[in-house]
Amino acid sequence: MGEPGISGKLIAVEGLDGSGKSTQIYLLHQWLLGLGCKVFFSEWNSSVIVKDATRKGKRKHLLTPTTFSLIHATDFADRYERQILPMLKAGYLVLCDRYIYTSFARDGVRGCNPGWLRKLYGFAKNPDVTLYFKLPLTTALGRILEGRIKLQYFEAGMDLGLSIDIRESFQIFQRMVMDQYERMSEEFGFTIVDASRSIPIQQETIRGLISNRIDLSQYKQRVKR
Amino acid sequence: MTKKRTYKNPLPGLNPETLSGALIVIEGADCSGRSTQIRLLSEWLEQNGYAVTQVGLTRSKLIGPALARAKEGNILSPRTMSLFYATDFYDQIENTIVPALNAGYIVLADRYIYTLMARDIVRGANPEWVESLYSMAVVPDAVFFLLTSSQNLIERTLTSHQSLDYWESGMDIGLSRDWYDSFIRYQRSLRNEYKNLQVHYGFETINGNRTIGSIQKDLRAKIEAVLEKVYAG
Repeated sequence: MGEPGISGKLIAVEGLDGSGKSTQIYLLHQWLLGLGCKVFFSEWNSSVIVKDATRKGKRKHLLTPTTFSLIHATDFADRYERQILPMLKAGYLVLCDRYIYTSFARDGVRGCNPGWLRKLYGFAKNPDVTLYFKLPLTTALGRILEGRIKLQYFEAGMDLGLSIDIRESFQIFQRMVMDQYERMSEEFGFTIVDASRSIPIQQETIRGLISNRIDLSQYKQRVKR
Repeated sequence: MTKKRTYKNPLPGLNPETLSGALIVIEGADCSGRSTQIRLLSEWLEQNGYAVTQVGLTRSKLIGPALARAKEGNILSPRTMSLFYATDFYDQIENTIVPALNAGYIVLADRYIYTLMARDIVRGANPEWVESLYSMAVVPDAVFFLLTSSQNLIERTLTSHQSLDYWESGMDIGLSRDWYDSFIRYQRSLRNEYKNLQVHYGFETINGNRTIGSIQKDLRAKIEAVLEKVYAG
């Protein structure tokens, strides 16, 4: 069972860009709200305080692997300590679009030491459920490369010097990130979601899975809104 | 020549053994006279033909401005603050300190990881977490800690600023509602933490309760010895 003082539950989604995890967590969020649950949603790299520095660093390509990692850890710590943890203590269902494993995967590819990264995020609780959206690399690549005109410098891993062609760099980088996820899958007990299925089928599976693992009746709002 | 190293795993892409130059750190509380001593050292070293670069906390281009703004607002949790400072620190390591050392410069650091660690630990951070956070730092060739009595510190602070600084008085921790009292208690706990760190990291204490001239003389003699080793041959 959970840790003392924490009555809420933490659900995280992880996976490659283009794996459809944001869509699925959005739909899960809507469903939980509809059931009348206390839910809080938090997104990777969204803290207001840290945003300016991150944006500046990214725009000017000022970030090294270490500062890239630390700036995201700063963002995470801010959201974790001011929102995620208090919400969990107050008995909320907390949904996270990307969690510490995103850092382990991406920063690991960038050459940060895995032990250092795990220690850096050592203050963060493990999720009660981590959904890993798994799909063939080519499908994920296709979704991004077809749907988007311009790739961002860091999301394509251009800082790693893998290729001077941004689309090629993106493909190599995503494969490396995928390898990291695959390796972590067992270590952290990811629940694998087949992300090649249709949106409603995936959502149905996820809803079933969540209601099996978590007694949702415990998380209903007492005061009707 | 002594080879450079990092405390634990090095920064991605860095082989510390290829670094030359000298990294010299002056640690000490606010108003302990660090900046004056560093200015004098820098002049002296340049007179003697050494190229010098100065670094200090929160001077990074990446984080410096955001950090200053965040401190004004006073809404960051201690851990967010720690990580902000760590980002600033590594930005300077990678963009200033390492390139300068590569070029054979002397880097004079106005405080280093020890101040950052002491501040975090005093605010309740787990010492192991903090140690790991800064474990990729380049090990300095020498660290001098200017130890100044609380009485002297508070006199110097009041003489130069006419008021106590919120953060340097540890007002965020809530030790006391009285600023003077909080300052004394905060600086005392910092000093205790420095002593713990000293055992672990081994730095030299310099008596900071003396005149500017005699502290400078002391520092120059010690630094000369360090430079002889680093720049031999």
